[in-house]
Amino acid sequence: MQRRTFLTSAAAASATLLATRATGASGNAPTASGLIDTNVYLSDWVIRHSWADTPAKLVAKLRRHGVTSAWVGSFEGVLHTDIAGVNARLAGACLRDSGGILRPFGTINPALPDWEDDVRRCHEVHRMPGVRLFPNYHGYTLDDPRFARLLELCGRRKLLVQIALSIEDERSQNPALAAAPVNAAPLADILPKFPRARVMLLNASSRILGTNTALLRRLTPAGVLFEIATLEMVAGIEMLLKSVPEARIAFGSHVPYFYFEAALLKLQESALTPAQMDAVRSRHAQAAITFT
Amino acid sequence: MNRRTFLESSAVSALAPVVARAAGTTDPAATAWGDTDELRQLGIWDVHAHVGTPGPMPAKRMERLVQIADRMGVERLCIFMSPPWHYEPTPEQFRQSNNDVLAILKEWSSRAFGFVYLNPVHTKESLAELERCVADGPMIGIKLWVGTRCNRPELDPIVNRAIELKALILQHTWIKQRGKGNLPQESTPMELAELSARHPGVAMVCGHTGGGDWALGIRAIRTRPELHADLGGGDPVCGEVEMAVRELGASRVLYGSDVNGRSFGSQIGKVLGADLSVADKKLILRENLRRLLLPALQRKGIKA
Repeated sequence: MQRRTFLTSAAAASATLLATRATGASGNAPTASGLIDTNVYLSDWVIRHSWADTPAKLVAKLRRHGVTSAWVGSFEGVLHTDIAGVNARLAGACLRDSGGILRPFGTINPALPDWEDDVRRCHEVHRMPGVRLFPNYHGYTLDDPRFARLLELCGRRKLLVQIALSIEDERSQNPALAAAPVNAAPLADILPKFPRARVMLLNASSRILGTNTALLRRLTPAGVLFEIATLEMVAGIEMLLKSVPEARIAFGSHVPYFYFEAALLKLQESALTPAQMDAVRSRHAQAAITFT
Repeated sequence: MNRRTFLESSAVSALAPVVARAAGTTDPAATAWGDTDELRQLGIWDVHAHVGTPGPMPAKRMERLVQIADRMGVERLCIFMSPPWHYEPTPEQFRQSNNDVLAILKEWSSRAFGFVYLNPVHTKESLAELERCVADGPMIGIKLWVGTRCNRPELDPIVNRAIELKALILQHTWIKQRGKGNLPQESTPMELAELSARHPGVAMVCGHTGGGDWALGIRAIRTRPELHADLGGGDPVCGEVEMAVRELGASRVLYGSDVNGRSFGSQIGKVLGADLSVADKKLILRENLRRLLLPALQRKGIKA
């Protein structure tokens, strides 16, 4: 399905839901559609000890809070060179320990030799729904030709491309591991050239999801999906959707780096319609990895 | 019924839907609050709030903030620094900011405590403002931001007068790029520890506890028992709250949100998500701040 068709059908589905769902007293009712956490990691971030030192602990936490599917990357992918090994371990851990909820998103580093084979393995060997990129740690920008090639390849293979714009607040990074956040602006011009590509931004923060919505307004028509792990301001989701109603916002926690409850409570803080809540909790995410 | 009574009863009843929602099945974040209703029914006190929500007038902005606070079980907010913000405000600028907070307190004293915003570089004017807003006015604390480094001698007369007035001092601190990225007059927790050493026994709040580099900030204030860690303003990184409690003790850790820039959700989530006892979480979410503010509240005859 081309991105334009995908966006049109997703919008139509939203409108239908709004029209048919009763507006009950509580606009924030959880639904039977589940909770997809689109921003989760296995392994320690190199400067922080993780409480989730086994996948089983991570899964137990997520299940306790009603997560029905967790899209998991590996922090190892940020600094390791043997990306194939990272992705194999990630896939294995998800298969062995997930309790059925962990979906692996393998790392791709297009600055490495033969990176295209990592894409092939993610798709054909590990059956992943998508891949996750760390451009600021891997030394390329989003106007790099290798990134364009990656979009083309992943679009063809029907893999969602997640781009982690940051891992941590750049103001407090260990000086030995400093990386400025990824500049997402080039996507507005690049994505229309790859209509089959689907892109999601992780940890977009106030640079994109804050009061200055200029870049959000440019990226939304390009089909970009966002998540809430670094979305702030009081009632941030509600305010953002009032400002840019067409923005596609999904649930994401950045667990185990962040406290999971931080993201969950944002759903309580914002007054959302049932359709909006459904969309944030799972519908946008599910649509992003559903290719017809 | 006068407006104050109405507002007070509304505040209590406004919390009821939050509690009811938590106990029922219609709350998207019910599991965040734990297995019992203890924390949901606590009535959270927030040490760090800016009234930057949308609205044509300060009181209207506060109305919107309270509406959202009610969804999150936040009962009291320490408010200060009405926008626009100036890094190194003139006396005219910080007086105007305080005027907005005073206007808010006229209508919302049942939900807010005011902290007077000062710039110690203007020592005489800051002391005059302290008289206006705290000694003779309804405010009970002092907010210091980035007007001057807090280890400078200009702060000493302000601290001395704060002691007399029993006003709690909240000093903004942050550590950016290990201090190299701080604004010219932006303080660090290390500098607050220096100020504290000149005023032993005086309780002060380390705003943001260094922000994202809280692991450094907590270490910096560890040896000053009168310094309290404000958790608000940084990302909800796992381990921050646990480290603060481990190194400082739960009684020295305060929940703060730094709304409107931050959300209530991410900042309360830090505490609810931490691997701590319910008793410790209650201290952090309410009791510690109440204990610190009690002398000022009693001085003004405020029951809370």
